[in-house]
Amino acid sequence: MWGTGINPRYFHRSQLKFYAYLLPMAVVMLIPILYIIMTAFKPAEELYAFPPKLFVRNPTLNNFVNLFQVSSDTAVPASRYLVNSLITTVCVVVLSVIFSAATGYVLSKKHFRGKNTLLEINNMALMFVGVAVAIPRYYIIIFLGLKNSFWANVIPLLAMPVGLFLVKQFIDQLPDALVEAAVIDGATDFQILFKVIIPLIKPALSTVAIMAFQTAWTATEASTQYIESSNLKTFAFYISTLSNATGNTVAGQGIAAAGSLLLFLPNLILFIFMQSQVMNTMTHSGIK
Amino acid sequence: MQKWFKKHSYIVLMAPYVLMFSIFILIPVVVSVGLSFTYFNSVEMPKFTGLSNYIQLITNDDIFMQKVLPNTLIYGLFVGVGGYVLSFIMAWSLAQITRVPRTILAVILYSPSLTGGVLLSIVWGVIFSGDANGYLNALLLKWNWIETPILWLQSEKYLLPIMIIVSLWSSLGVGFLSMLAGILNADEEVYEAGRIDGIKNRFQEVIYITIPQVMPQMLFGAIMAITGTFTSSGVGTVLSGSNPTPGYAGQLIVNHMEDYAFIRMEMGYASAIAVALLIAIRLCSNVVNRLFGERGD
Repeated sequence: MWGTGINPRYFHRSQLKFYAYLLPMAVVMLIPILYIIMTAFKPAEELYAFPPKLFVRNPTLNNFVNLFQVSSDTAVPASRYLVNSLITTVCVVVLSVIFSAATGYVLSKKHFRGKNTLLEINNMALMFVGVAVAIPRYYIIIFLGLKNSFWANVIPLLAMPVGLFLVKQFIDQLPDALVEAAVIDGATDFQILFKVIIPLIKPALSTVAIMAFQTAWTATEASTQYIESSNLKTFAFYISTLSNATGNTVAGQGIAAAGSLLLFLPNLILFIFMQSQVMNTMTHSGIK
Repeated sequence: MQKWFKKHSYIVLMAPYVLMFSIFILIPVVVSVGLSFTYFNSVEMPKFTGLSNYIQLITNDDIFMQKVLPNTLIYGLFVGVGGYVLSFIMAWSLAQITRVPRTILAVILYSPSLTGGVLLSIVWGVIFSGDANGYLNALLLKWNWIETPILWLQSEKYLLPIMIIVSLWSSLGVGFLSMLAGILNADEEVYEAGRIDGIKNRFQEVIYITIPQVMPQMLFGAIMAITGTFTSSGVGTVLSGSNPTPGYAGQLIVNHMEDYAFIRMEMGYASAIAVALLIAIRLCSNVVNRLFGERGD
């Protein structure tokens, strides 16, 4: 009985039919990723091999070394882009988590006029597609004096409607009595937020952190549109120039693959470590 | 002062988010609508021209009507609707197997959605590369299915289907995780009750029990599918390496807008296209709300 149905506890023969298509599906999904990993470690002669082979025979770190050497010939070394990306990502993750937590708490547990309107606007913005408003955003960046500033990497990414939505839904699950008890004990809103709410919503905050990380770590818009000085651009942007410049030359493939791997792996590793927290958050993600 | 601060601390807590949200999401949408009624070449001040951009878009823009709109519809149908159905089927199937293999497979299926724009061009650019060194060409040549390599990404015939395949590959994202969590979290007693009430097979079970129970997550998943579809629609220019795409074969609304905004510098007209895009997204969400939203209560 426990071997069939939703969320079975034990393996049962009847589950084989699901594996029959889930496994091939997983293989199809994996091949492009496997390709990137293999290419990143291929030595030059294997990159030139015809017909191309998926698996690497003599793995080498040359592509990674070249990735950092190619750029040290030019004015800006790759390490500079990497540092820019690290600072950008840390700022975006920390600030957007705090913003989502504070706003989620207010929208979930406080009562004031206009609250429902705010919630509705944010729910509508779940469907917000950044590219649709690229033009006004560009002029707003100029107006705020952020053009050619490092902060142009960070500031436009701070408001994450999906993040706020998930956090608010998660806080909705906490009993109101919890907040009321803290108020009776004389706690201020700031104390309630940091001492009561935040410790209880860690799964939701980890999820927001992961989403913010993905957005910030792979973002290229600011570097292509708002920033001219190469010193301030991000690693993702640097990798994207590699793939354009070296696109169809075989030697460039290895370097571009090495760069892509450095972009992709942190995302994947973070998700693997936090997947149970993400799944916990997603349980409350329904829109009623 | 301190009393006011204490009473209104919720405003202080919300302020950073509301400020950022207004500046980078709300105001841009409003400004887009405003600019769409002007002629604006990004050098001179915008000149008010009434509805002329919209009239131009609907009556005079052959590329928009003959290429961009049909392409966007086909792409939206396959990637939006198809990707969504795929997400649900995969989530449901994963819920039928035991925990450890489920987690491993879920991570694998989800990982392509982490790759984003930069990786797309590198991985798929080489698989569909136009010379004999491209993986697909090499395979087809080896099996003697073709005699000369095909320029996949420059071909008007193949570009749109390739864009759809690539986008479907990365379509199992947050919505997929949400639906998986929702299905796993469903009340087991309802399934028991269903069996007693005469549910005969798994298909009936999905229609009458699983879907109604997971409706809220399915609505969230649908909204994520819409966002994902319109966001990823820049993939044509990434793959082909040019905007406009060869013969406008992979031109979607987003590319058309960028073409006018950043290449032809007609910001007013580009804004009108952006507004058309926002309206399209809104219409999709209305359809989705009709389908899922108001049924439960």
